[in-house]
Amino acid sequence: MSDPVSVRRLGRGAAPYLLSLPSWAYLAAFFIIPLVSMLSMSLAKGNPLVGYAFAWNFAEFGKAVTQYNTQLIRSFWYGALSTFITLVITYPVAYWIAFYGGKHKGTFLFLILLPFFVSFVIRTLAWQFILSDQGLLLGTLKALHLLPKTTYVLSTPAAVVGGLVYNSVAYYILPLYVALEKVDRRVVRAAGDLYASPSATFWKVILPLSAPGIFAGFLLVFVTNVGDFVNAAVLGGPGTRMIGNIIQYNFFDAQNYPMAAALSSILMFLLILAIYLYARVFGAEQIQEYAA
Amino acid sequence: MSGGLDEGRQSPARWILAIYTGVFLIYTLVPIAVMIAFSFNQAPNGRVSLRWLGFSLDGYRNAFAIGDLTTALIHSLVVALVAMVVSVVLATPLAIALARYRYRAKTVTDVVIFADIAAPAVVVGASLLSLFLTLNLPRGLFTIFIAHIAFDVAFAVVVIRARVATLDRSLDRAAADLGATPWVAFWTVTFPLILPGIVGAGMLAFALSIDDLIITSFVAGQTLTFPLWVYGAVKTGIPPQVFVLSTLIFVGGAALAVANSIVAHRSGRS
Repeated sequence: MSDPVSVRRLGRGAAPYLLSLPSWAYLAAFFIIPLVSMLSMSLAKGNPLVGYAFAWNFAEFGKAVTQYNTQLIRSFWYGALSTFITLVITYPVAYWIAFYGGKHKGTFLFLILLPFFVSFVIRTLAWQFILSDQGLLLGTLKALHLLPKTTYVLSTPAAVVGGLVYNSVAYYILPLYVALEKVDRRVVRAAGDLYASPSATFWKVILPLSAPGIFAGFLLVFVTNVGDFVNAAVLGGPGTRMIGNIIQYNFFDAQNYPMAAALSSILMFLLILAIYLYARVFGAEQIQEYAA
Repeated sequence: MSGGLDEGRQSPARWILAIYTGVFLIYTLVPIAVMIAFSFNQAPNGRVSLRWLGFSLDGYRNAFAIGDLTTALIHSLVVALVAMVVSVVLATPLAIALARYRYRAKTVTDVVIFADIAAPAVVVGASLLSLFLTLNLPRGLFTIFIAHIAFDVAFAVVVIRARVATLDRSLDRAAADLGATPWVAFWTVTFPLILPGIVGAGMLAFALSIDDLIITSFVAGQTLTFPLWVYGAVKTGIPPQVFVLSTLIFVGGAALAVANSIVAHRSGRS
């Protein structure tokens, strides 16, 4: 389909459409149609034994919200909190690499990405090792009598949010770094020449200019973390279940497909809202620049 | 000076930031260090122990002793390779269209690509599973391929597009002026120039695929990939082979990346 000869024959107007066709066909079949299929599944009626049939049955959404409001609210809360913490701890690192990394910027970014050579599950599992009751960290502190014997971290919200933060740092540093790299150094110098104090230069010039990176990273990390179930499963306990765990449960254990689809649809609406807001503020093309 | 806040260069803020960055890097590497260290721990009952029991190479000697773990790893490698090749082939023409043409469907394409990247993995997985359930399509390796290509394509488009956008259009116009057909001009001029972007996109697609757990968990059925196997073993206890294989992948991947960047540096592109 990318054959530029046939493209030429059909005229320049058709060229971009022909070039787009293979990807579009694929994404239509396996990204867009599945979303429609999920929505229609969420409106289906039936039970695991006889199967489910489409029925304009909106009741599942109501049930999803009443039955699982704790997990929904918890997911949004963990997602927002972990994203905010990630922003706060990664911004200085992205700032330092962008402004003072010098010749070694590439090396620092490589070090930031190094943990990606280990699978996400195993990185999370390593934290389970470190944080377990008799593990490396707590076991040592308890042996030194620095902590009471009954202290535990695993299965607490702190462990889950901590895991979410750890798994998000690289995803936030990259868009922040891209945005900070783009900040025109002459503008920064001009602020200094005009007697702005370093902190005024930061808060009034650099921070606002890096806003696209802050929002792009926030969007990507928040959406990912709200839907995560691995950190809650590996580092959490019964009191930290997130909406992702409930969706898994409803698909595979309860086989309540409409409920699982309704919960996933709620997450999808959140995503659409977030993208819409971002596109309104910064434009659709810019969004991609920070995404990969 | 790269022109930071402190023209006076001796500002303490700069050093505090440098030390903070160092501490941060240590924090990101701690779990990796723990994994590597514990891959050498003795494991008398076939499970990784939380306590240090003594140095041992048994895990490495028996790295492939667990049959279904090895099979799962092979599944992961095959899926990542197939998804890498197919997604790059699909993505390249679209990336060229987006970088070089202004057309009506451009904005909607941008939005769809971004949505695919930003979509929570749970939603992508659940939606594909809904489709497969509706079509009554049995889950297995084939549905894993479909899912992985679906999320790799969008990332590949963004990476390749960035490369195409940096190209000087006068080069392929010159080729056309010299009588090259668009087909010949593409393969002799454009393609070699965007190849680094295509390779980068392929590597990213491979990395995303081999690491994916959430989307795969929805569409895999009874088939296990490496991350799925490990996730399943979390409740029963982790055999040392998990840390051993993961350490080998880590060392191999990091070595390849370093070698790649040295080669790229020497040949003058970066």
